[in-house]
Amino acid sequence: MHPPHSASPWQFSKLTAAILIGGAVLAGGLSTPVQAQSANVELLNVSYDPTREFYREYNDLFNTFWQAEHDQSVIVRQSHGGSGSQGRSIVDGIDADVATLALAYDIDALHDRADLIPADWQARLPNNSSPYTSAIVLLVRDGNPKNIQGWDDLVRDDVEVITPNPKTSGGARWNFLALWGYGLEKFDGDEEKTYDFVRQVYENVPVLDSGARGATNTFVQRRLGDVFIAWENEAILSLEQLGRGEFELVVPSLSILAEPPVTVVDANVDRKGTREVAETYLEHLYSDEAQHLAAKHYYRPSNPDILSQYSEDFPDVELFTVNDVFGGWREAQQRFFNDGGVFDDILEEINTQ
Amino acid sequence: MSITLVKRRVIPGFGLTIGFTLLYMGLVFLIPVGAFLLYTTTMSWEAFWSAVTQRQVVASYKLSFGGSLIAASINLVFGTLVAWVLVRYRFPGKRFVDALVDLPFALPTAVAGIALVTLYASTGWVGQYLDIFGIRVAYTQLGVVLALTYIGLPFVVRTVQPVLEDLETELEEASASLGADRLTTIRHVIFPALFPALLTGYALAFARALGEYGSVVFISGNLPFRTEITPLLIVAKAEQYDYHGAAAIGTVMLVAAFLMLLIINGLQWWASRRHG
Amino acid sequence: MITPSTVIDTNDTIAKRWRRATEEPVWIRITLITIALTFLTLFLVLPLTVVLYGAFEHGIGVWYAAVSDPDALSAIRLTLLIVAIVVPLNTLFGVAAAWSIAKFEFRGKSILISLIDMPFAISPVVVGLIFVILFGSQGWLGPWLSSNDMRIIFAVPGIVIVIAFGTLPFIARELIPLMQQQGKEEEEASLTLGANGWKTFWYVTLPNIKWGLIYGIILCNARAMGEFGAVAVVSGRIRGETNTMPLHIEVLYNEYMFTAAFAVSSLLTGLALVTIAIKSAVEWNDERRQRIAAA
Repeated sequence: MHPPHSASPWQFSKLTAAILIGGAVLAGGLSTPVQAQSANVELLNVSYDPTREFYREYNDLFNTFWQAEHDQSVIVRQSHGGSGSQGRSIVDGIDADVATLALAYDIDALHDRADLIPADWQARLPNNSSPYTSAIVLLVRDGNPKNIQGWDDLVRDDVEVITPNPKTSGGARWNFLALWGYGLEKFDGDEEKTYDFVRQVYENVPVLDSGARGATNTFVQRRLGDVFIAWENEAILSLEQLGRGEFELVVPSLSILAEPPVTVVDANVDRKGTREVAETYLEHLYSDEAQHLAAKHYYRPSNPDILSQYSEDFPDVELFTVNDVFGGWREAQQRFFNDGGVFDDILEEINTQ
Repeated sequence: MSITLVKRRVIPGFGLTIGFTLLYMGLVFLIPVGAFLLYTTTMSWEAFWSAVTQRQVVASYKLSFGGSLIAASINLVFGTLVAWVLVRYRFPGKRFVDALVDLPFALPTAVAGIALVTLYASTGWVGQYLDIFGIRVAYTQLGVVLALTYIGLPFVVRTVQPVLEDLETELEEASASLGADRLTTIRHVIFPALFPALLTGYALAFARALGEYGSVVFISGNLPFRTEITPLLIVAKAEQYDYHGAAAIGTVMLVAAFLMLLIINGLQWWASRRHG
Repeated sequence: MITPSTVIDTNDTIAKRWRRATEEPVWIRITLITIALTFLTLFLVLPLTVVLYGAFEHGIGVWYAAVSDPDALSAIRLTLLIVAIVVPLNTLFGVAAAWSIAKFEFRGKSILISLIDMPFAISPVVVGLIFVILFGSQGWLGPWLSSNDMRIIFAVPGIVIVIAFGTLPFIARELIPLMQQQGKEEEEASLTLGANGWKTFWYVTLPNIKWGLIYGIILCNARAMGEFGAVAVVSGRIRGETNTMPLHIEVLYNEYMFTAAFAVSSLLTGLALVTIAIKSAVEWNDERRQRIAAA
């Protein structure tokens, strides 16, 4: 393996030199950055998992819109991941111009933890700063073999439930709250019975993926579980694109209105001088063309007129909001999801029985 | 005294090389790790203790340490076997197999995780057959062990292989000519010579498994108390802005790993004295 | 191979007995080879096959489209840039560390060797966390960095440093035992004959350690390209900017573009296979030369 003396040192040094020079040339040649023309402006949109396809199209649309008025093109760079971890990246200093996350608490953190935005950020844009909304629904396998009709069926012993981990996934927190809200309704506000109900559902969960996308892969690709609690947009995407005819949508009688909000990150846009374009970028989400685009990606447009045009696409479901039932995201987070909260109690109880 | 000093100084470059070694290690890794440990000390002892002894955290230690131990043991047995077969026997495709052993190093852990779950999920090429026997690999503790075994595989093979290659067959012949049967020769001649390499390989496979993240998250169920490994818990803590909690658990992992390596190095030193 | 022989030849029987003493019976050999190959098939060949099958399942055109996508290209570019910085640094470190450890006795050597091993044992996640705590804007140096308009994490420097951290031991680990085993007599002879230190290193030491060094560099390179956990924590996953190849693979996987994910994976796998193949070929060539020289 290591023959001594045999080779001349020059051979070796030539090899080394070739490797080093080759590496340097490659790196140098390839890493020459494509200099942004001065006429361009760059934005960084830090977003959560299921918005990838939507923003990919919206960025083109916005660029066209902005170019028409300003003779300047906008290059929007995207970063996607679990909502909680994306919020953490912004707090830790990623240069985000706009944050488009899964739930208000993750954006609240930008104010609470790092003072990057004002406390009243959510009042700056219409509809609680949520240009599009979604609902939490159930996805089952074709033919609904386990005959799942609603939330009540999730506690059955023979049903395996797929949902991500609320500690890390924004969507999973909406799922949890949808379940809890339904429990409160069912048991007339009896917290103890609701707790037991939710606990029984989590007893049927075999996997807690860290993000919504991971959970979709588990259910769709790995065929694990009988029912998948999902964002409506993710569920329809799975129906339409991942496995035609392999799944069915089950709409529960009552669900939560999921409001993924957006905000400009004030500290960053002021430093970079991008406030105007960043604000326009978000405001334009409420334009008719963007609202249609949202609907195309299975998000419910916040504009009621446009929503009504798509009434066939979105199942009719009675929706409650986090503000109505839980008094807002700060309180919900504190009570359910922080360390030592209700979710931790449930896990501990399940695993120490 | 003066003679030994002169003799020792025949080879130059000690100052330069040790200087660069320490400088580079210092900048890239010792100072950051030191700062990290210092950061942990800004916690009170009670806060630290309660962070590292939460029940969920303790459950994750059990899985991480236990799983790594099992995985390293599997690698010890099969890795030695693979090394033995590669060095001592001839068979077609040997060179290809030899090269392949490095694959877990080369394949990014995330890719490995995706590939393993594709194979061993109950829809996968292998998983569907295991499913018939009611064996579930993906999303169970078995899956964690599988991934940890995979990433630790090259360590034992690659530490044992060169030693085995350098092992003089004359020794074995001598042992045999003195009347020892094969098993005795293996026990008294080959095994002691391999012992330090076995320990090193085992320790490296264990240490590597302990910290593994990328491949495990895809194949484990990430279920707290059951299939959640410690590194994942650290990420979850950090994402909830509990940097102190994350740092505290990270410190436990750091200290455990370092103790392990120190013990193994001590053992190796002892073994080389005894057999060297 | 041992063949049953009826010829009674003294030399042959002795040779046979010796061979029997240092080799196992055929059936044991075959069993051991079978077990080893089965194990390697389950753990190595199948995952490799899954990646390659997944990559080319829909034809070469789809594969090419996936790897020539601008985001994929920028991930490849970034990964190469990082490797071009990290690998030479770690090579220098590995040689220096091995030289000082193998050629000299000093206090605390055992601790130093353990320390060099440390990055193996530190979870990638903890590595990432360490640098977030140091350089994040909530971290210790964060405010100073941002007031000087410098970025470490969520930018290339942060990725470089976590990868350098994670791959630091590879070359040193390869060289230390090798150089320890070779001792220092040859260097001492060269120095006694009047060569200076650099010349001795260049003409005596380097040829001796060349294969170990190349092997170490290959491993270091492969690990540097594949590092995931630590980079995931510090990169921020900005598409086209701070996504390395492994992160890009994860992104594609999460966009349900499995073929594309496997296509980019196949690049890394292919690269690794090629470097490993080159290493084997060079070694084989060298062995043959030696055999010819010996004959």
